Amino acid sequence: MALITCRDAAFAYEGRVVVTGLNFDVQQGNYLCIVGENGSGKTTLMKGLLGLMQPKSGKIETGDGLKSTQIGYLPQQTSAQKDFPASVYEVVISGRLGSRGILPFYSKLDKQIALENMEKLGILPLRKKSFRELSGGQQQRVLLSRALCATEKVLLLDEPVSGLDPIVTAEFYSTIRALSRDTGITIIMISHDIRAAVEYASHILHLQNRQIFFGTTEDYVQSEAGQYFLKGGDHYASDH
Amino acid sequence: MPLIIEMFSFSFLVRAIVVGLLVSLCAALLGVNLVLKRYAMIGTGLSHVGFAAMVIAGVIDFAPVPFSLPVVVAAAFLLLRMNESSKIKGDSAVALVSTSSMAIGVIVMGMTTGITLHICNVMFGSIFAMTQSDMYISVALSVVVICLFVLFYKQLFAVTYDESFAKATGTKVEIYKSLLAILTAVTVVLGMRMMGALLIASLTIFPALSAMRLCKRFLSVVITSAVISVVCFFVGMVLSFGLDLPPGACIVGVNLIVFTVFSGIAFVRKKGIA
Repeated sequence: MALITCRDAAFAYEGRVVVTGLNFDVQQGNYLCIVGENGSGKTTLMKGLLGLMQPKSGKIETGDGLKSTQIGYLPQQTSAQKDFPASVYEVVISGRLGSRGILPFYSKLDKQIALENMEKLGILPLRKKSFRELSGGQQQRVLLSRALCATEKVLLLDEPVSGLDPIVTAEFYSTIRALSRDTGITIIMISHDIRAAVEYASHILHLQNRQIFFGTTEDYVQSEAGQYFLKGGDHYASDH
Repeated sequence: MPLIIEMFSFSFLVRAIVVGLLVSLCAALLGVNLVLKRYAMIGTGLSHVGFAAMVIAGVIDFAPVPFSLPVVVAAAFLLLRMNESSKIKGDSAVALVSTSSMAIGVIVMGMTTGITLHICNVMFGSIFAMTQSDMYISVALSVVVICLFVLFYKQLFAVTYDESFAKATGTKVEIYKSLLAILTAVTVVLGMRMMGALLIASLTIFPALSAMRLCKRFLSVVITSAVISVVCFFVGMVLSFGLDLPPGACIVGVNLIVFTVFSGIAFVRKKGIA
């Protein structure tokens, strides 16, 4: 049984069909990269995976006891967050909200989990700092810790390295790889950085308003679509 | 000091101060979320709706707080809905609702002759406004607002900080946004009689903004904002009594001074580090 199964799913945004023909599954421990250009339907699919949007046709199912609310999510930062006064600790522990539910305040266990996740990503010394004063790479680690507080199973990352410089980007990718390797957590990453995707991911899902490719990274590199893209081609679909 | 002792010898002033302190506290707590969630204008919009409701209550001779409360809460829902819908954007929606309610209030006032209501009091507040029964309702409701804020503090933080993350991890975001709007509506109605329709919104915005100049953590912003609000209210009240000026204007004036001072400190600090 797969953690997430997508069968003939299509998604529409404001009445317009954005992406169709989605057939893929995500197994425990996979590292899946969803690639494609802007407007290819990546963000829409992500909303579907998070349960924020229902497919127009077909279905997305979760299995292996995974609930859609157990997907830890690393969203792109909004402009409001850039000057939001909150400490690192406050941001990280807010990831426990989903499991804490209606009960007031956070429990000892919640606090412990938050501290462990900060430790795991090396941001424990920053816990009293203000989020807005951190560097871009540090901020992403904080948001990653928060996502880990919400899940032990699946992490969904939305363009996590946009705005980071090359060195910090490389560091971030290796952090994700280490997490995937050491904890067996399933990673789903949305990215337009196709070279990094084939370097780190175990599986690739390529979108161009429809599913162009889904399979292992080895197969993708051999495939026509993969070869074309890795050479720096642009519109595979429109050229064929 | 004798001035303060003299103030406490008037029972209407004691009532005004008790309710005012509680309302200032509510406004400051909610204000932090409103400002950060970019909902600050909702407070302004609601106060104008409150104005219309108060005028109508005065004309039909109905108790103002019980009459205005459901009206303003309904308006809060409406504004929140309009904020989400793409047809009329949030700020225009607020302008629409504010000016319409203002117009309705003034028309109703104009149509009624021999009205005992003083427009100046409704607009700028009056310390004589608070009756004994008003006080009981106000104290009870402010305590409810404060309790709900504390109980749902972490949800309100999560929804304010990152709505999409909260939603994706299973938090019922809509419920907490509505909660924020309802609590704001209640606070606006309670504070309006003393602060006046024009100035109550500033009570939700100023303390939060001042606190944000200097504080870097959410909890410390909330606490500082509460302290600023309560202190400014009290100082403003004393000035209002001593100088015989409308209380709302004095309280906002004191808030403005605090905000200026805090901004100054923040500026100096930044220069000092840089």
